Amino acid sequence: MTADAVSPAGIDFGRHVRRMRAAGHLVVQPRMGFGRPEQMRAGLLATRRARAATVGTITLDSFTRVGDLDAVRRALRDGTGLNGYPIASHDAATTAAVLRDLHEPAFPVQVRHGSAVPQHIFTALAQVGITATEGGPVSYCLPYGQTPLAESVRNWEECVDLFVSLTTAARPHLETFGGCLMGQLCPPSLLVAVTVLEALFFCSRGVSSVSVSYAQQTSLDQDIEAVGALRRLCAEMLPTEDWHVVIYAYMGVYPTTPPGARRLLGEAVRVAAATGSERLIVKTVAESIRIPTIEENVEALETAEDWARTYGVADVPPPAPDSQIYAEAYALISAVLNLDSDVGRALVLAFQHGYLDVPYCLHPDNAGRARGYIDDTGRLRWAEIGAMPLRKLVRTVGGHRVTASGLLADLNYVRQKFDSEQPSLPARSRTSSATAITGGGTAL
Amino acid sequence: MSATASDAHTWNLVFLQLFLEELGYSVVNLGSCVSDERLVRECLRIAPTLIVISSVNGHGCQDGLRLIGRLRSEDRLKDTPTIIGGKLGITGTPLGDRVAELLEGGFDAVFDDGARDGIEFHEFLRTLPERQSRLPIEASLTP
Repeated sequence: MTADAVSPAGIDFGRHVRRMRAAGHLVVQPRMGFGRPEQMRAGLLATRRARAATVGTITLDSFTRVGDLDAVRRALRDGTGLNGYPIASHDAATTAAVLRDLHEPAFPVQVRHGSAVPQHIFTALAQVGITATEGGPVSYCLPYGQTPLAESVRNWEECVDLFVSLTTAARPHLETFGGCLMGQLCPPSLLVAVTVLEALFFCSRGVSSVSVSYAQQTSLDQDIEAVGALRRLCAEMLPTEDWHVVIYAYMGVYPTTPPGARRLLGEAVRVAAATGSERLIVKTVAESIRIPTIEENVEALETAEDWARTYGVADVPPPAPDSQIYAEAYALISAVLNLDSDVGRALVLAFQHGYLDVPYCLHPDNAGRARGYIDDTGRLRWAEIGAMPLRKLVRTVGGHRVTASGLLADLNYVRQKFDSEQPSLPARSRTSSATAITGGGTAL
Repeated sequence: MSATASDAHTWNLVFLQLFLEELGYSVVNLGSCVSDERLVRECLRIAPTLIVISSVNGHGCQDGLRLIGRLRSEDRLKDTPTIIGGKLGITGTPLGDRVAELLEGGFDAVFDDGARDGIEFHEFLRTLPERQSRLPIEASLTP
């Protein structure tokens, strides 16, 4: 079956998101995924009907992610429940029924998974005509398992080649997950560098519509500086005009109080608003406890929309000035690209040499010498840079030792801050937002 | 220490490693998405004092029950203290009967997400045979 058979013509995820942004909307998106087709459809319908500019999400379950389709079969048979939609196990007709009259140019759907061995997932996407997904050879490998990086690069090469060869009226869109990595405690320059490098990897294999990601970290000022650097690097380096930025609401330990969770989501919106970013992946109030319901997802989407109206989605600001994050990310990207003319090979070599080294990542192919920590002002900094080519740019203050209690405190920093903070008045928010936009500030 | 086969989270593993190291244990951290086969192989090789499985992706009950069966079917691992903890179900409600099921399956302790688990974990560690220096803990922490 070709994608044409089931994919409505004209679905173009990248174009849709950029159009919405041009019309003054921040596109918001849930992380929703359910095992049962009826529930998945209900979730997509609710997302579409939410009072916000939305795109749809089908998040896959973790058995499908690791390719254990036997476990999916058992779970479906025994009714034990799955933590996402098993797209490679439900047949194409079932998924087509989930998407019927829903998956349209005005409501493109993206599949989210997290696999370093995604061939079966890309094959399923081709069968059901979904042309937007996300991942990347580094970002879906190092944080998530044991697949060797070189193997992940080969798998992703194969899948990207399949993805761009689809004979479909819809243009494929790939988002890199490189700006998220371990979710927390990774200084922003490395997030920016990896997301740009993965986008270059996609583009080098013929993908012409991409998005780059950035996960909200611990400091509003620093996040705005980071996304400014990211946008400038994309404009300078990506060989396509069709790119946009997706901001992820904080991916680490989430506040447990509803007001704290809402305020944290509000700050993520503020990062998007201040940097002219086009799309936002929300988190729900329930996130700290369990997999959220459809209603909780809708509430998060609408809360994000409310915040977007509060902060205003203005024009995209001019290119960011030089900054510490820009300089570090540029140094990392150039060092990696100089290793090999093929981006995939360059990425493998970069991790072998330790030019890229993800803090606290346990994967056997990660050097594991880099460390990040949160300083007194709430900004993420390098405690150790390992062999990364940052020696001229970063002074790692000797003596910052990472301990179990220190790590725990840093991991819980955001939860604690947002669960204990008193809500600030809207007027004050606007003032500090403006300061943040112009203030920028450099690290170190 | 290791994660279960389907679980990709690792912060739980990074923290537990530092925590146990500061208590004087030597920790072999197998990381995330460790297959049952690899975990069994590594445990047989290392002969750990304790096996720690951590899972927070909601599939901990299913993964854990399967895994403990594999571990307990090995003669040399049938008595090795083995625990599982984390967010073990997808509903966020107390596990209830499933805790009993995990214990019956062969786990020595189950630490489902809860405020008292830190203390309970400490207490459990105290029941272990006296530590020798450089005694490895094989912990399978499912992210």
